[in-house]
Amino acid sequence: MKISLNMGFGALLLSGWCLHCAAQGKPEKTQQASVYGELEKAPAKYRAKANPLANDKDAAAAGKVLFEEHCAECHGENALGSKKAPSLRAKEVQEAPPGTLFWILTNGIVRKGMPVWSKLPEPQRWQLISFIKSLGPVESTENKTAGNP
Amino acid sequence: MKLTRLCQLRRLLLWALLSLVGAALVGAQENPYMVAYDHNLEEPGNLEVEYFSTFGTQRGGPNFHAFWSEFEYGATAWWTTELYLSGQTTFGESTVFTGYRWENRVRPLKNEHWINPVLYVEFEDINGADKIIKDVVGHDVESDFLTPNGEARREKKREAELKLILSSNYKGWNFTENTIAEKNLTNSPWEFGYTLGASRPLTLKGAAQKCNFCLQHFIAGVEMYGGLGDRYSFGLRETSHYLAPGLAWNLPSGWTFKLEPTFGLNDNSHQFLLRWGVSYEIAGFGQKLGALFTGKSE
Repeated sequence: MKISLNMGFGALLLSGWCLHCAAQGKPEKTQQASVYGELEKAPAKYRAKANPLANDKDAAAAGKVLFEEHCAECHGENALGSKKAPSLRAKEVQEAPPGTLFWILTNGIVRKGMPVWSKLPEPQRWQLISFIKSLGPVESTENKTAGNP
Repeated sequence: MKLTRLCQLRRLLLWALLSLVGAALVGAQENPYMVAYDHNLEEPGNLEVEYFSTFGTQRGGPNFHAFWSEFEYGATAWWTTELYLSGQTTFGESTVFTGYRWENRVRPLKNEHWINPVLYVEFEDINGADKIIKDVVGHDVESDFLTPNGEARREKKREAELKLILSSNYKGWNFTENTIAEKNLTNSPWEFGYTLGASRPLTLKGAAQKCNFCLQHFIAGVEMYGGLGDRYSFGLRETSHYLAPGLAWNLPSGWTFKLEPTFGLNDNSHQFLLRWGVSYEIAGFGQKLGALFTGKSE
């Protein structure tokens, strides 16, 4: 009885230690320049997709609200990136077709720390893309000062 | 020595409080399910602290109020781990702590698919007085809950539970199906169960200004769950089944409220359960914890 309780407690401690390690290791991984390389992996079918809300004048404003709720924690308030996640103002992101960004949002980059956002309904994902695109690119020197790859 | 430990404990508690108060804004997007799981895992580094409550009617005995706390942590974007602590009050009897559960959910596939599998492994160290009805397996029936707390809590249950979660997001809807296999680690047969769920936000587009009462923050759904017998008597005979419509309200501040009236579908089921829950998501908990122990800034 006592042994199994101790084993249970040990397992909990071990899991806590693993979590700590995982949390420590993740930011370095997400900082790798290869994160932007993931944009190239979007299938042609997605790349060709146009933003259905491109002419919706409220889309960027709604996207800003969604960005603050779901994205700013990792990508920074101005989308300039942080230790946890890269800048979304980088040329690679800003010049990517909307469909590519939609594919990244839908699938995440799970092995590099970017969660899947398919739980947001499609129109909200497009609103986010409208907002990100409305920000425009920022030179890479500024990106680097914001802790980006 | 004791004083140093006390200081450390005080520092830890103060830090936990501060991290709650100063937690970065992170809006949750929780489905209203209380029993079913979908394939959406916790965001990496975030900790969700949850409290859930079930009021249950009991034929032939006193009604009960079962409650549990969950600490759900996104270890990575593909792995979520969770600790549960549970207890219950049986009216006119007593309030007892009923044990703990440790669950892990792992997403094996890299990309989103039409159907998304998630593997679930849980270890339970609970006693026979547990009444949270977090899942229904085997021949779980209402009359199991008639044993008085004093006697029921003496029964130890160390169980392993496996689930295959198959879930899809389609046009704003979530559809999920969980197949459950549970084994008491003593000499008991495998028991089986199922859960089905469907949910959808009340509107799919986000509002152009911040608001707590916008329809996008409300997700309505329904779930159905029940037992499927065990290895030796698989099927619907002497099993209980439930149907539960529910509503989740996800506030942009990170709070989520859930309400789910539950109806028993046959004579083996509790006639009515009322479940509700509240949760709060702490963004960047893992990084803050790391910074506390390593001294490095976030």
